[in-house]
Order: sequence, then C-alpha cells, then structure tokens
Amino acid sequence: MRKLIHIICLVFLSVSVELTAQQTPGKKQTETTSITNAIAHIGDGSVIEECTLIFENGKITHIGQNITPIGKIINASGKRVYPGFIAPSKELGLIEVNAVRASNDKDEVGDFIPHVRSLIAYNTESKVVESMRPNGVLLGQITPKGGRISGTSSIVQFDAWNWEDATIKADDGVHLNWPTKYRKGNWWMGEPKGFIPNKKYQQQLNEVVSFLRNAKAYGKNIPKEENLAFLAMQGIFNNTQKLYVYANGEREIIDAISVLKANDINDLVLVGGYEAYKITPFLKEHNVPVLVQFTHSLPAKDDDDYDLPYKLPKLLVDAGLLVGIQNGSASNFQTRNLPFYAGQVVGQGLDKEKALQLITGNTAQILGINDMYGTLTVGKSATLFISEGDALDMRGNQLTHVFIDGRTISLETHQTELWKRYMNKYNGK
Amino acid sequence: MKMRLLSLCLLWCSGSLFAQDYFPENDGVKSKNNNYTVFTNAKIYVTPNQVIDKGTLVIQNGKVVQVGRSINIPKNAVKVDLAGKFIYPSFIDVFSSFGVEQPKKKPYSGRPDQYNSSREGYYWNDHIMPENSANSKFKYDDKIAKELRKAGFGVLNSHIQDGIVRGTGILIALNASGGDAKRIVDDKSAQYLSFTKSVTKEQAYPTSLMGALALLRQMYADAKWYAQGNSETKDRSLEALNANKALVQIFEAKDKDNAIRADKIGDANGFQYAILGGGNEYENIDEIKATNAKFILPLNFPKAYDVSNPYDANYITLEDMRHWNQAPTNPKTLADSGVPFSFTLNGLKSPNAFKANIIKAIKHGLSKTDALKALTTVPASILGKSNQIGSLETGRFANFLITSGDVFETSTILYENWVQGNKNIINDISQKDIRGSYTLPIAGINYSIDISGTANKPKIKIKKDTTVIKSKFSYKNNWITLSFTAEDSEKKYRLTSLIKSSLDNITGKAVLPNGSESGFTATKTASFTEKEKITEKADVFPTIVPVTFPNVGYGFKTKPKQETLLFKNTTVWTSEKEGVLKGTDVLIKNGKINKIGINIKANGAKIIDATGKHLTAGIIDEHTHIAALTVNEAGHNSTAEVKMEDIVDPEHIGIYRDLAGGVTSAQLLHGSANPIGGRSAILKFKWGETADKLIYTNSPKFIKFALGENVKQSNWGSFSRFPQTRMGVEQVFINYFQMAKEYDALKKSKKPYRYDEEMEVIAEILNGERFISCHSYVQSEINMLMKVAEKFDFKVNTFTHILEGYKVADKMKTHGVGASTFSDWWAYKYEVNDAIPHNAAIMQSQGVTVAINSDDAEMSRRLNQEAGKIVKYGGVSEEEAWKMVTINPAQLLHIDNRVGSIKVGKDADVVLWSHNPLSVYAKAEKTIIEGVTYFDLEADKKKRDAIKLERNQLINLMLKEKANGGAVQTPKQSKKEQLHCDSL
Repeated sequence: MRKLIHIICLVFLSVSVELTAQQTPGKKQTETTSITNAIAHIGDGSVIEECTLIFENGKITHIGQNITPIGKIINASGKRVYPGFIAPSKELGLIEVNAVRASNDKDEVGDFIPHVRSLIAYNTESKVVESMRPNGVLLGQITPKGGRISGTSSIVQFDAWNWEDATIKADDGVHLNWPTKYRKGNWWMGEPKGFIPNKKYQQQLNEVVSFLRNAKAYGKNIPKEENLAFLAMQGIFNNTQKLYVYANGEREIIDAISVLKANDINDLVLVGGYEAYKITPFLKEHNVPVLVQFTHSLPAKDDDDYDLPYKLPKLLVDAGLLVGIQNGSASNFQTRNLPFYAGQVVGQGLDKEKALQLITGNTAQILGINDMYGTLTVGKSATLFISEGDALDMRGNQLTHVFIDGRTISLETHQTELWKRYMNKYNGK
Repeated sequence: MKMRLLSLCLLWCSGSLFAQDYFPENDGVKSKNNNYTVFTNAKIYVTPNQVIDKGTLVIQNGKVVQVGRSINIPKNAVKVDLAGKFIYPSFIDVFSSFGVEQPKKKPYSGRPDQYNSSREGYYWNDHIMPENSANSKFKYDDKIAKELRKAGFGVLNSHIQDGIVRGTGILIALNASGGDAKRIVDDKSAQYLSFTKSVTKEQAYPTSLMGALALLRQMYADAKWYAQGNSETKDRSLEALNANKALVQIFEAKDKDNAIRADKIGDANGFQYAILGGGNEYENIDEIKATNAKFILPLNFPKAYDVSNPYDANYITLEDMRHWNQAPTNPKTLADSGVPFSFTLNGLKSPNAFKANIIKAIKHGLSKTDALKALTTVPASILGKSNQIGSLETGRFANFLITSGDVFETSTILYENWVQGNKNIINDISQKDIRGSYTLPIAGINYSIDISGTANKPKIKIKKDTTVIKSKFSYKNNWITLSFTAEDSEKKYRLTSLIKSSLDNITGKAVLPNGSESGFTATKTASFTEKEKITEKADVFPTIVPVTFPNVGYGFKTKPKQETLLFKNTTVWTSEKEGVLKGTDVLIKNGKINKIGINIKANGAKIIDATGKHLTAGIIDEHTHIAALTVNEAGHNSTAEVKMEDIVDPEHIGIYRDLAGGVTSAQLLHGSANPIGGRSAILKFKWGETADKLIYTNSPKFIKFALGENVKQSNWGSFSRFPQTRMGVEQVFINYFQMAKEYDALKKSKKPYRYDEEMEVIAEILNGERFISCHSYVQSEINMLMKVAEKFDFKVNTFTHILEGYKVADKMKTHGVGASTFSDWWAYKYEVNDAIPHNAAIMQSQGVTVAINSDDAEMSRRLNQEAGKIVKYGGVSEEEAWKMVTINPAQLLHIDNRVGSIKVGKDADVVLWSHNPLSVYAKAEKTIIEGVTYFDLEADKKKRDAIKLERNQLINLMLKEKANGGAVQTPKQSKKEQLHCDSL
C-alpha cells in the first residue's frame, strides 16, 4: 500500500515540475484540440460513448462518434468529459477569508442597492476561486449579499488576469432577499432563541412593492436628477436582466412570485426554495425556474425528513421544473463540492445525467448563458474538462485536463503546491 | 379529657405570649381577647385524607384548638354555623417572591468581559450568595396578599430569585392585620439554589450550565475545607453556606433533566434537594422518581398554538405540540409514580389562572386528594413545617378556607380565607341564594323575572310576556336594588328588598313612576338549576397522545430491542487486516459480532439478505457537538472542571440524523473558547435512551484543549482575557501543568490540601490517565504543545482539526500523537489559509493515525463521503480511507477494543449501506448499535407517516380548543441551535 502511494506521489511530483505558472491564465487557444475515446456527458441529459470532441478557437466544432480527430489529440480512453460546472449565487472573489473583515467585500451598507455591482470587486487572484478548478467548477455568478436588494451580480469564468477578462455576462441580474414571515428571536433582548413571527413582514413586503413601483415609474420618464438605485432596476423591467428572488417558505414563495408577476417582472428566478416542492404546480404555472439550496444542508425543521435537502432537487425536477443547484449560503471554499451536491441527488434516485444538468445545462439556461456555456454542443465555448472517473462522485472526480474557452487551464493551486512541497520535504515517503 | 384540658391550657398560655403584651399601649387600655371561635356543621378537611362530615373546628388566638365531630364547645365561644359548607386548610406556596423585591435584569450589553469577582470577603464567584436573605428585603404588600388570599393561599415561602446560591427564604402568613411580628412564621426558612447566574452580577463565569454544575461542586468542597478551619482568609459566603446547611434546600431546576443534574450534586454532598420542576417530568418519570426528591410543580400548562394558518402551524415542532397535549398529565404521572409534589404559582402571570389549571390537571387524571396534598401537606412537609401549617390538626395555625362546596369545582365559591385566625372575606357567606324564576305583579302587569348566574353575583332578566325589559340590578349584603323601565313608556319602577332568609318569595318596597310607594311580592315559580357546559361534558376524557422515546418526532413508541441478526452474502468492510470480504455472512448475537464467514447458519436469527450491499462498522465521529446543551464554558481560560457528560441532550434530532448517516459513536467535545477546555463525553447514539445510557460505560477519559484564534478570542472583539497571543497560550499551559504538578505532589504527600476539581483533572493528564484532544491549526502551535507535553513528561493523544499537521507530520509521528482532521475545510479563518485537503493523506503517509471528523451536524451525517474525499485528495486507498472514519477514530479514542471494526467479539455497531460506503451515492439502510436497530430506512418511512398523522391530530385538537374559547398562543419554532466549536 505504502508503495502504491509512493508511486502516485512520485508521478504527481514529476508532473508538477513541468507545470509552472500556477494561477497564470492559460493562453488563447491556437491549436485545434481533439479529445478522443471519451465518455461525453453532454449536460443536456445525454451521454455519448466513444466520443470524439474537437474544439478550435475556443469553440466546440465537432462532437460525436466516428469523427476523425485533428490537431492535438488527447486520448481520453476510459475517461469522461464534462462541461464546466457553474456555481450560481456565490460571493467567490468577494471574500477571501471569512473571519478577516478586511478580506470581505460581499455586503454593502443599505437595503435597496441594486446599483452596487459585484463585478468590479471580483478578485481574479483569489486562492479560493483557484481551488474550484481541480474539481471542475469553472464558472460562477458573483453575487453581492445582504440587505433587501443586495446588488447586481455578474457571471465570470475562473481563469483571468482581471475582472474584465473574467466577464462572461456583466450585470446579469439583481438579487432580492424576500422578507421572511418568521425570524430568529433576539435572545439577548429576551426573545426566544428559535423562530418567532416577523410582525413586520407585511410592512417589509410593502416596502419592496413600493420600491419596484417607484423604480418602474422612474424608468418611464427618466428625470435629470439621476437616482442610481432606480436606474439600476431598468434592466429588470425591459427584460435585459433577471431578478433573483431568495425565498424558502411556502408562503413567502407564493407572495414573492405573485407580487413580482403583478408588477410585470417576468424574468425571475427563485433562489432557495426549501418548501418549493409543496407548490410545484404554482411554480410551473408561472414558469419560474429554481436555483434550489444545495443538498449538503440540514433539514430546516426537526420534523422534516432527514433526507429532504438531499432529495429536494429531485422533487422539483420530477415536477417538471427547470432546476439548478446553488450553495449561496455556504462558505466560498465549499463551492468546489458542487459536483457532489449533484451526486447526492443521484443517491435519491435521480438519473445521473439529470443530476449533472443541475450544475451545467440547467444552470446555464437559468442564468441566461446557455448560448455559449452549460453543455457540450457544437458552437458553444470549449469550457470543459476530462475526469478519470465519475465526476459527481468523490471517488471518480480526478481531473486530468481543464479548458476554459479552449484555453488550457492549470490544475495547480495554492493547495496542490503545498501538498507537493511537503511531500517533497518528506522525500515522497 | 385531661389531656385536652392540659393542651387547652397550654394553648391559652402561648396565645397570650403571642400578643406582644410588653408593647406600650397609648390609645386606650390594654385588653385581651381570648374568646374561641367555633365553626360547626361543616365538612372539614383536616388533612386531605382525614375528612369530617358535619364537623366542628375550634380556634383561638390564631390556632386550631380542636377539630372533630363531637366536641365540647367552650362557653366563651363565638359560634359560626357552616351547614353545607366546606373547610379546607389554606394553600401553601414554597416558591414565591411575595413581598421580596426581585433584582432586575440589566439590558444586554454584549459578551461579559469581567472575569474577576466584584466582592471582597465573599466567595470568589459573585453568583454564589448564600449570605443573601429574603428577610432583609421583606416588605408586606397587602394588595398582592389580597390577590393571593383570593386564590386560596395562606402561607408562602418567599426568596430572592437571583443567582446560583440565593440564600435563605422567609415564611410568611398572609395575615392582613397582625403586623410582621405575627405574619413572619420563619425568617430563615430554607436555602434556595439554581443553575442561573445573578442578573445583578457581571462576572463571566460560569457562562454555561456545565460551568454552573462545576461551580456548585467546587463550592461544596470549599465549604467543607473552610468549615475545617483551613482558610486563612474570611469568606462570608462559605460561612453562610455552612450556617445554612441544616435548612431545607430547594433547587430551581425548571426541567426534567436539570432536576436529575441537581439531584446528583445534592446526593454527592449529602443534600436531598426539593426541586422546582419544569412541567416536563412526565417524559422521564422513572429517572425523576429515582431522585427521591419532592417536587414543586408549576401550573403553567402551555396554551394551544393558534394553528388556523397552516403556514404558521408548520413552524411548530411535534415536540412542542405534544407538550401542549401531554403537560396537563404531568401531576397525575408524578402522583401515579408516588413522587410527592406541591404546586406553586411560580411561572403563572397571575394567581387567577391557578384554579383553572388545577382543575385541568384533575381533568387529566389527578385525584382531588393528591391535588389537595400538593397545596397543603406536601408543601408543609417540604418546608419542614408540618407541625405549624398544611393541616387543621390541633396546634396548627388557624389557616383555612370556607367554601360553598368542593374546592376543586369551577362553580364553588370561596367565602372566607382565614389566616392565623383572622377572617378575610372573599365572598359574603351570609348572602342568600336568590336564584330562580319569579312572577312580579306590579301596577296590574305581571312581569316574569329570571335570576341566574352565580349565587354571590347573580344576574337578572325581566320580561313582559316574551319581551326583555331594560333593568338595573344589584345584590349586596342581602339588599336587592332593582330598577326597570316599563316597556311602553319612560316610566321607571324602583324596587328594594332585604332578603332575610331562604324564603321562596321576595318582598319589599316598590316606588312607582308617579312617586307613590307600595309593597311588592315576587312569587317564586321555579328553582334555579345549574346548566352544565356542553363542551366540558364532551371532553370528559381528554385525548392524550402517547409519549415516545425520546418524546420528539422520530422517537420510538417502544424502545427497540436487541436482536440476533444474520447478514447474508454481503460485502464486509472489516476495517481490519482482513480487508474487504465479498460474499460474506455476519452474525450478530447478544449485541456482539458473533461470527464472520461463509454460509453461516444460526437458529432464531433474523436473516437479512444483504446481497449487493455493504456492511461496515459504524462510523465514529471524533469531534462533534450535537446532542449537547452547551458547548463552551468561556468564563475562564482553563475550565478542566467542566464535563460534557453533564449536559448531554439525548433528545437532539441530530442523533437520529447521524444514525441515518451511519454514525454510531462520537466524542462530544467541549468547544474551543479556552486553551484548557472541558472534559469530553464519548457517546453511542442510542436514540431513545437517557443521557446516562448514551455515555460509554468505563469511558476513556478525555479533555479538550485548544490553540489559536479561538482561544485568543481573535474574532470576538474582546481584548482583556489572557491569552491574546499564541505566546500567551503556551504560558497558560505551562502555568497550569506546573500548578497541577505541585498540587498532585502535595496531595500525594498526604498533607492537607484544598480539593480543586480543575487541578485534579489536569493532574490526571500528567499521570497519563486522561487524554488530550487538542483543537489546532498552525504548525507553530502544534509543535509548541508537543514540546510542553514532553517537558511535563506526557504525550498529547490527538490533535483535532490539525489542518497544518502535514507540515509537522514527522514530528507528530515522533511524538506519537494522532490526528483527526476535516477532509477539505479551509479559508474560513486566517489560521486556515494553508489548510489543504491532502492533509490527511500526507499525515497518513508519515505513519500518523488519521481520522476524519465533522465538528458539524451536517457533515457528521455524511462522514462516509468525507472519507471518500480522502481517496480523491492524495490518493489514499479506499480501504485505508474507510478506516479513517471507523477504526482510526476508535484508536484515537481508546475504544478500538470495543468498536471501529467488524471483528468477532466486538460490539455489534454496524451499518448496512446500499452502495460502496465511500460513494456519494451510498445510503445507510440500517444502523445498528449492540444488536439494536436504531435506524432503518423502512421504519423511517413509517415514522414520517406517523408524524404527519399525529401533527394533524394535534392540530385538530388545538383548533377545537380555540373554537371552544381556549386561550391560544402564536406559533413559534423552538429550535435547538446547531453548535460548533466556537458557539457560546
């Protein structure tokens, strides 16, 4: 056994000598690349065995069986190819170390601040962002948090010199935290420690409505005196931006969707959706996709099924909704576990390819980047990776090659460097 | 007869002594009243069990002289005929705050930052205040006394309800006229204790329940030491504590588990506390009975939740719904088990609700005799005052109630509440019951009159034919005043009448609209009959849902039993040198692994076809905080004296969820608020058992240490507690180990020494009897602790978290310490910048024993997957990775001779998985501890259905309660917090 580890380590160490420039963005694709003999998980529910995938100039040009490879050939026999995983609703690059306030840029002061933009604060040099890539998480929606309307997100890819390079879709959506009917008691003020009714719920709901109506009225005839917050909402009303509404309770979801639809907001996405499974016909009727909470969560209530968070995405998929998984409430570093959140649903009986869609094709569609990302499709960006095994399972998620927009991406990180440095110290023992 | 005369004589003497006759009298002549007052023909409850029909009660000078059926009535007696009336001893409350001003809570101003005592010449901890005395704060308040008398109370024991040791109480009779000289029955009546800190003191320690427990243990040891004259300094608290030793000791527990915790401390120090309960004692009645304590029960039964909005109803846990349903059975359950208890007003907003709640308890099965005991004889005996109060036997205070009937009936009227022989009128007893139907002919018209309502406050309805006429009516001191307006005019009739006796007709004077006066007679046509409430009738026997083990959602209806189980044809991950065995059978018998092999046959075994499935040893989580009520005692930088075993919460849903994730054992660790934390509890997750049964028998001894940001309080904004740097952390250890070394040497020298629980525990570490599991992150501090340990000649057992262990793995191997780490956590604090997921693999490659732990309720239930990640990061083999959550943590916890692998003779703690257990796709199908199936996928489905049904049943009962006019409360979710290392 010891010997085997020895060998594995030596192999890795020798590889690392060749690889330099960790976190140095890959160079633009110049040579056509063909991946051959792979099992290709397309991200739209289908699989192609013995697949050849060709990409040039950053785009997929061919995919299928019996295609003659051209250019640089990567023989992926026994391996699998996946589209890059997409992490929605994350503050990646906005926080480096949770406990260090100076490294935290996720939550600006103010309750209704859609004009606050995540993109310009996104740190492409983040060590945490870099650690996403060896697990296949290659794209993210960088999202401000806190307040009622937290700000405006942007979608980036995880291999860039600066935020402009990183941008896939700038200012893609505004994020609204719907008020909650119950709130945690302020124990230090003598309230109980659990959840108590939020007496201000209706008032807070009215504040949202008032803001939306004002923002809309403002847009009909923009005055000279500019209002940054109202201005930042105009994309929501002219359907160029999405509204992401965060709600978990059945009642809150119904209120949120009803109020927003009544105010002519059509392109909206439900984020969270802990009790969405109870009202799937309602969500279907309103054609609302769900970025459901990640599976590695605890049930919110003591009497809930122990596996409710595990199976929640399946319940929504089975009901015919468009579903993606997000882990917005988790620490940034956890986001590299995105594939395993999807894998968890397979354990609950969801088809593996459908589970894969929860972090690829579906998510791209929900975020509105499916023209270029999310599936292995001719014409789309070559943002994909090769894994030794099943990438949704810890045991198989071993990446050998990663490409973003056709560029070859380093699999090294701050963490792999430390690993190798110390194994070297111990002489690979 | 002679005896009687003698006792009469004695009483007479004591009566005159009582009269303070040495006080000067300046407003007249000195006079005495030694007359007797005699109550005859009443049904007298001398005690709850001794009832005299048509009895006579003789009182004089505030005391009972005689009670019985045939009694010679003294000549100088004032006689009161109480035919048809009842006499009861008045009620006693032993847990009152009457007349004693209570300290007010200061507004919250952040985490406490005061670590030292604020007092001089008292105990080192401000929350220990045995020197306090309710006597010094007592001020009689007749307004409140009046309310209490109205509720039937005669005597209360009052105290300052503040602090952990609260000092002595004061026993007060609610005597309106005698002055404090008379009404103070005892000015040092009992000593009170609790687990709650003083609201007036800011000293941080203890911040937790386990700290309060440790403080009480140390306090008793110190008191003993002090009493032996060993202290060179004055400690007025300990002096008071020792002086109060002979008093009755009353402990405010307010919860079934706290009652057991308090009782253990009492037992260890030679006290049998009387315990203020919490109303949930019924859930664990056997353990409650075993305390041998007398209980004081609040009657604050929870109100039904307003579940009319289904979204809101969702928030209420089944546990809380059940408690609403089951709590009124609490007194009955205690009575059935022979646990003596009294009732208290404590916990009720107003005494007005008291009677209704007793009646509710009676409706839920409590006998009226037991109810009366709980208000009279039991509280008297708790206070050790049975010879003065609680009954109407000769010589007791003349404290009694006169009622119209059974005191526990809703319609019964309390007429008088006599305290120390002083009459207090609650309702006029002489008032005649005039209820009934009458006809009143007046000015040529026949009116019909209906008098109903209660006998003392009747209501009237006047009709002409079928039309109701406006009227005004009052009935007081037997005088009726009635006015009404004739239907067809503005003309007013006014009537008055003095009711002289229970005659059938009412006669009196009528003033007609024209001012002329005449007599009138209203002739009785029918007697009054009480209408029984329909709802009460329908609800004679309330629906009570059964208690489960534990009494929360997913509890067992009956505790599961050990079985003989034979797993057939499965893949067995032995976690032993045998590796992974395919197509193998495993027999479990008598709670142990009995056989491993092929084609095993066993008579009477339940056979489980496990083809295609995987059987493993149960997962062991080296680092958890689930099933704990608190995690940190943060009041000192060393708290070796506290024990996690003291605060295990066996009802925590996290236990069930962990079982569903294949976890069978865990170390419940103290948090990381201080360099030297508390002692661990090593648990088996036996869902449904009590806390004591979850803890390993002959458990290895462990203690939590911690390093780095948390112990420096880096992320708290606190800057005053030593240490604030890693440099200081080392000094804390050296200081404490040196002190413990010196302590141990003194102890072993047989010279007198002050017992110090904290030093005892640290000395155990030095002596190799207790093992350290140390929260650690960066390499410098890891190295430091190993060097400190080596200096004191012992080994650190485990570094937990140990995220930079990979940097010093060789040194760890040399020292001989194990590692228990996260699979892939990092970046949440500055000190985990260099944490890498390859850590486990690197340490393992250097020969360190490595376990993967959770420190998190969510991750704990997926530790199999976390082990799977070790295959991914660093290339550890599947077999070795699996050991990191089974045999390796067992080794680190020194329980590998019992659990952690599938080996003949070991405890049958096993899990059946649907897939390879390291896979994200694997599900635990059965989780078994010592042959008992605590989790089963199929049983779980049934439990879910049962929860839905029961919730619905209880919701319907609550809707019914609301519809019947019962009080309701807003739904809320009482949620247990998910605790981590730094939870406070």
